[in-house]
Amino acid sequence: MEKEKKVGTDKKTLKKRLKRYIPIYFMALPGLIYLFINNYMPLPGLVLAFKKFNAKKGIFGSDFIGFKNFKYLFATKDAFVITRNTILYNLAFIVVNTVLAVFVAIMLAEMTSKLKKTYQCLILMPFMISMVIVSYLVFGFLSSDNGFINNTFLRALGKEPIKWYMEKKYWPFILVFVNAWKVTGYNCIIYLSTILGIDRGIYESASIDGCSKWRQITKITIPLLKPTIIMMTLLAIGRIFYSDFGLFYQVPQNQGALFAVTNTIDTYVYRGLLELGNMSMSSAAGLYQSIIGFILILSANLAVKKIEPDSALF
Amino acid sequence: MRSDKKFQIFSHAVLILFSLLALLPMILILTSSLTDNNEIIANGYTYFPKKWSLYAYEYIFKTGNSVVHAYGISVVLTIVGTALALTITTLLAYAISKKGMPGRGVITFLVVFSMLFNGGLVPTYIIYTNVLGIKNSFLSLLIPGLLMNGFNVMLMKSYFVSSIPEEILDAAYIDGAGEVRTFLSVVTPLSKPILATVALFAGIGYWNDWMNGYIYITKRTDLYSVQNLLNRMMQNIQFLSQSSSNIQNANVGLSAIPMASVRMAMAMVGLLPILVVYPFVQKYFVKGITLGGVKG
Repeated sequence: MEKEKKVGTDKKTLKKRLKRYIPIYFMALPGLIYLFINNYMPLPGLVLAFKKFNAKKGIFGSDFIGFKNFKYLFATKDAFVITRNTILYNLAFIVVNTVLAVFVAIMLAEMTSKLKKTYQCLILMPFMISMVIVSYLVFGFLSSDNGFINNTFLRALGKEPIKWYMEKKYWPFILVFVNAWKVTGYNCIIYLSTILGIDRGIYESASIDGCSKWRQITKITIPLLKPTIIMMTLLAIGRIFYSDFGLFYQVPQNQGALFAVTNTIDTYVYRGLLELGNMSMSSAAGLYQSIIGFILILSANLAVKKIEPDSALF
Repeated sequence: MRSDKKFQIFSHAVLILFSLLALLPMILILTSSLTDNNEIIANGYTYFPKKWSLYAYEYIFKTGNSVVHAYGISVVLTIVGTALALTITTLLAYAISKKGMPGRGVITFLVVFSMLFNGGLVPTYIIYTNVLGIKNSFLSLLIPGLLMNGFNVMLMKSYFVSSIPEEILDAAYIDGAGEVRTFLSVVTPLSKPILATVALFAGIGYWNDWMNGYIYITKRTDLYSVQNLLNRMMQNIQFLSQSSSNIQNANVGLSAIPMASVRMAMAMVGLLPILVVYPFVQKYFVKGITLGGVKG
């Protein structure tokens, strides 16, 4: 009898609560509609990876062919090349970007002069620039006819000009450099905010004890940065199957001669869909990325949650 | 004390080096765009031109309205996009910050899951072109991908949860303010920093986006944003003259285009708004990155 009464009031309060929150549901509506269109409506389209796409029949009318698209994809060298490029570039980015960002953050944190803000502002600036313009900046240096490096730098050294956009051996370095140039300012802000959160008293007592700046950095700052470094690295590992499409497509100017070292899963999917009209391969590669990417993000996030619950995405 | 001074000098040296590395590519674009075209052909892009020239800029703005037009598209896109993005992001974030709301968990899950798993380019492209049919329209610049993302929603939600005391909201409710009234007159004034940050993220996203135009605008070149125009020009410098006059004339005029310097002047034209706005918004940008913390 008493139980029933309780259920009754629960229903009543739920009703009351629903009524109170009606305006809130309306507020959430536009965002939910957008999520539905942009993120959820495309999901059924993933079945395309198991179909032979026929534009007339549409996604769901096209014939089902099982794993054939994947068989073809993994029979080509492409599958290996794009997976290797995507993962190796990301690993290089993680190492180079972390070292540079931590280094710059420490320098900024130790800076007592007012110029600190100016430095930070300048170093962050490349982050704001679109990849299209970055490709122009790179072109200014590397253009084989007019580029600064061929005409000023190599000429002064008495060396022959290099056709940069034709020679793939240079590109792994160029892309790692361009990426570091673009994101160091961003990453260093995150490390900087961790350093600024460290209790200054630790440094004061260390310096009273005669500890040099260098020792303070290696014995205090870096060990205290470790959790942030681990977290950032884990989250980057979670995104290791994704690449910055603009970096790999715009900066090498979509040059076929460089594909062996610039093709990543994202550029492959794009070219398959819009340049080569190879829908089957493109959708197979896309699903391959979505699923492995999902597993990686999920695992990385679980790992983060174990170490530091506050930093986890969810 | 002495080692401290040495250290300061060292860190100045390092930071000057990094600042220069960040700036030098942009300075090369600037000086090159102001160099006489013949000098570029002889000596390449340079930091110290012997013969300065404004011809590239004159050429860009004389050859017609394609640059000005693209600027117009970019400005309208950025303003409309930022306003819409800020509105729907804030509203959704506020909704999922409401602790007592039934269904909050489901909505939060929908937002978080969208950050973890997505259909990728192929299904998204098919939905926008075949199902919604927005290819070659202004909507295709505005809607795909950029309007809202889970990251900004979660960033805002955690700001609402942590920085707006529940007591204030409860007090407003007890005083008879409805949810909408509370949101407008209590929540938004207290959330200015996060609103500025998300608006900034969205604004930069729209101004810098080239992908939507590249993928969805295949015919209507009059809808090209600055980024799309730049993109197209890198592949094909003739585009600049083709889009403003008719094609027969363009082929005649082609030999007269000071291509090398025009390229760099165009890049400068695309870069300029960012350089002008950046110093003023930098503060909010840094704040936003710090708020997002490791989640970025």
